[in-house]
Amino acid sequence: MTKPTANTMTNNFEKNSGLTTRDKVEKSLARRRAKETRFRLYGMASVLFGVLCLIALFTDIASKGTAAFKQTSLTTSITLDGDYLNLTKDSTVDEIRFANFDGLIKRHFAKEMKPKSRSDKRELFKLLSSGAGWQIQEMLIADPTLVNSSITFELLMDDDVDQWFKHDRQLSTAETNDRLSDKQLNWLSQWIEQDRLDTHFNTLFFTNGDSREPELAGIHGAIKGTLLTLMVTLILSFPIGIAAAIYLEEFAPRNKLTEIVEININNLAAVPSIIFGLLGMAIFINIFGVSRSTPLLGGLVLTLMTLPTIIISARAAIKSVPPSIREAAYGLGASKNQVVFHHVLPLAMPGMLTGTIIGMAQALGETAPLLMIGMVAFVVDVPGFINDPSTVLPVQIFLWSDSPERAFLERTSGAILVLLSFLIVMNTTAVILRRRLERRW
Amino acid sequence: MKKYLALSAAIAASTFSFAANAQRDFISVVGSSTVYPFSTVTAERFGKSTKFATPKVEATGSGGGLKLFCSGVGSATPDITNASRGIKPSEIELCARNGVTDIIEVLIGYDGIVLANTTASKQVSLTRQEIFLALAKNIPNPDGSETLVDNPYQTWDEINPTLPKTKIEVLGPPPTSGTRDAFAELALEGGCKTFPFIKAMKKQDKKKYKAVCHGVREDGAYIEAGENDNLIVQKLVANPAALGVFGYSFLEQNSDKVQGSLIDGQLPTFDAIADSSYPVSRSLFFYVKKAHIGVIPGIEQFLAEFTSEKAMGEYGYLAEKGMIPMTDTERTQVLNTVKNLTTLKSSSE
Repeated sequence: MTKPTANTMTNNFEKNSGLTTRDKVEKSLARRRAKETRFRLYGMASVLFGVLCLIALFTDIASKGTAAFKQTSLTTSITLDGDYLNLTKDSTVDEIRFANFDGLIKRHFAKEMKPKSRSDKRELFKLLSSGAGWQIQEMLIADPTLVNSSITFELLMDDDVDQWFKHDRQLSTAETNDRLSDKQLNWLSQWIEQDRLDTHFNTLFFTNGDSREPELAGIHGAIKGTLLTLMVTLILSFPIGIAAAIYLEEFAPRNKLTEIVEININNLAAVPSIIFGLLGMAIFINIFGVSRSTPLLGGLVLTLMTLPTIIISARAAIKSVPPSIREAAYGLGASKNQVVFHHVLPLAMPGMLTGTIIGMAQALGETAPLLMIGMVAFVVDVPGFINDPSTVLPVQIFLWSDSPERAFLERTSGAILVLLSFLIVMNTTAVILRRRLERRW
Repeated sequence: MKKYLALSAAIAASTFSFAANAQRDFISVVGSSTVYPFSTVTAERFGKSTKFATPKVEATGSGGGLKLFCSGVGSATPDITNASRGIKPSEIELCARNGVTDIIEVLIGYDGIVLANTTASKQVSLTRQEIFLALAKNIPNPDGSETLVDNPYQTWDEINPTLPKTKIEVLGPPPTSGTRDAFAELALEGGCKTFPFIKAMKKQDKKKYKAVCHGVREDGAYIEAGENDNLIVQKLVANPAALGVFGYSFLEQNSDKVQGSLIDGQLPTFDAIADSSYPVSRSLFFYVKKAHIGVIPGIEQFLAEFTSEKAMGEYGYLAEKGMIPMTDTERTQVLNTVKNLTTLKSSSE
């Protein structure tokens, strides 16, 4: 922009001559107000756009995912025939495990529904979940005295039946549902008439590990794996991060070396997380021999990833403690160590905690680095400790979204809902902590 | 604070040494994402019906799995790797270099690769030659001379007037996928070979032959839709003109949304893939490290479960998941291999 020369200035002056300063201000007022209104509208539009996107996302996930919390089952009374199962009241757990519960269930339904041919039988048995046998097995392991008695329980139905019952029951012709035949639909409608087929709250979704049968798949294993991984991350990254921040902020001499360290920490915060996965694979697996797919390994890798976040936020928190506090403490004869640990650290703690929680929330949603270290795996058993194989929630979501069975679609959304609620809880805690403990100077 | 630091350091150190020395008590399976759905079902049933821990199954891709598998012997390396293709001589060599000499190959069944479109559109019938002409990067000059030109075709009816007059749009997996490899090998190369002068090229210049027959065009007619087959199905429903490439199990699970196209006059049905009259089908394998049998508990029992009638038999649960079972004679062979733990002969012998 060129500076207005004396010449143009006089020109302008002459053009507006006859107007007082007040007039000029009033004249431009409308334009300036309009500009402000326009800007406000832009701002509101951007916020609105963001909110709309969020609403669209949430309603989509919620509308797909809520169905995952319901599971179709059939109220069934079945006699646990001890002779057929080869079991007595004193049978051991191993004997119960080997008993043929599937056969028992098939025999029961063959008697009840009287299918005519072999292929009819196959179609009938397809309606039942392969987990039904395990249901009885678990009941018996919990209470072996049930042998030879008759039990009534909610027998799990196959995922195809589950999907049909929940979503396209109204269009109940075989044309609209290729997965079920006319015969099968006929049996199902018989059960519906008897009022035996119904949906119940899907507790298995929260108590089971992963499964290839959608009706048996649950997120317990993934949640436990997530918690164990985050525990390792927290135990390692919190003390290391805080110690690094305190040293850099309070004790380190200001020279080229610390400057380089500082710059690198800031850079690390922006490094794509997959790099940390590769680093973890190279160091922890190949050199230290930590076993693949364990929360310990996941925690170590995520520690590398969250450290920069925690260090940066902790340093900001320490910086925000006013120098007057330090000077007052020195004035009373406190040593450097006492100043830092008795005065600065307690005051900076809320900020540090907030940063840590945000770092943890970031780690909670991370999948990419875990790809490299074998945590993207099919793990059925719920992990007991940090050296058992496990997955984490986002990985579980990724795995389910890639499964051919249609019923996994809603399970994917269901797991997303759980993950989102975890994130919301963590971020809300961070906000509340900040509000409660923050001090204004 | 100090105490806390010391404590956490102690925990970290102890867990480190603990984890490093722990002997694995579960089977570790890696490998092909095509075999993954079948491997996991078996693993789950195995875990629920025996006293052994449920095997851990990772989907690393066939190549990635074999690389891990061949990285050595010991509980840090996987016991079993799945593959949607046979092991290559170079991989056997890599294994041997790292001390993995005794490898058991187990054929588990077949998988078909389908070309499908949404049920809302008309079913498509193509020959492998037409698929090659539609999707290859370089094709023989349409004027009949024996030269290669960049693929000029934009619509299907340019290839064959009886085909619909729609834009060529095929959604499929990226080059990292085993499905893509198999599709290129079986469908594209199958069509490619029908041109005599290209077939003759195989003898003279194998590299060029492979580049011509496996090269997929990059001008937008073939759209890489990622490894997620569910996504391809969803995109097909949204775009009635497009065709998609994926495994048979996804066609089976989504038969109300998408239909398979006829290839060389054959529909991709269960029976057609099983008797290999459907041309685009491949074998699925897994490989077992013999040195781990008896060291990692449960491997033999897991093999028994996988090869049992109730798993890979004609009406087994793997067939229910979309795998195409093999014939009885083949199954007897496989059972023998597993019973005697027959290892692969290395290619140099």
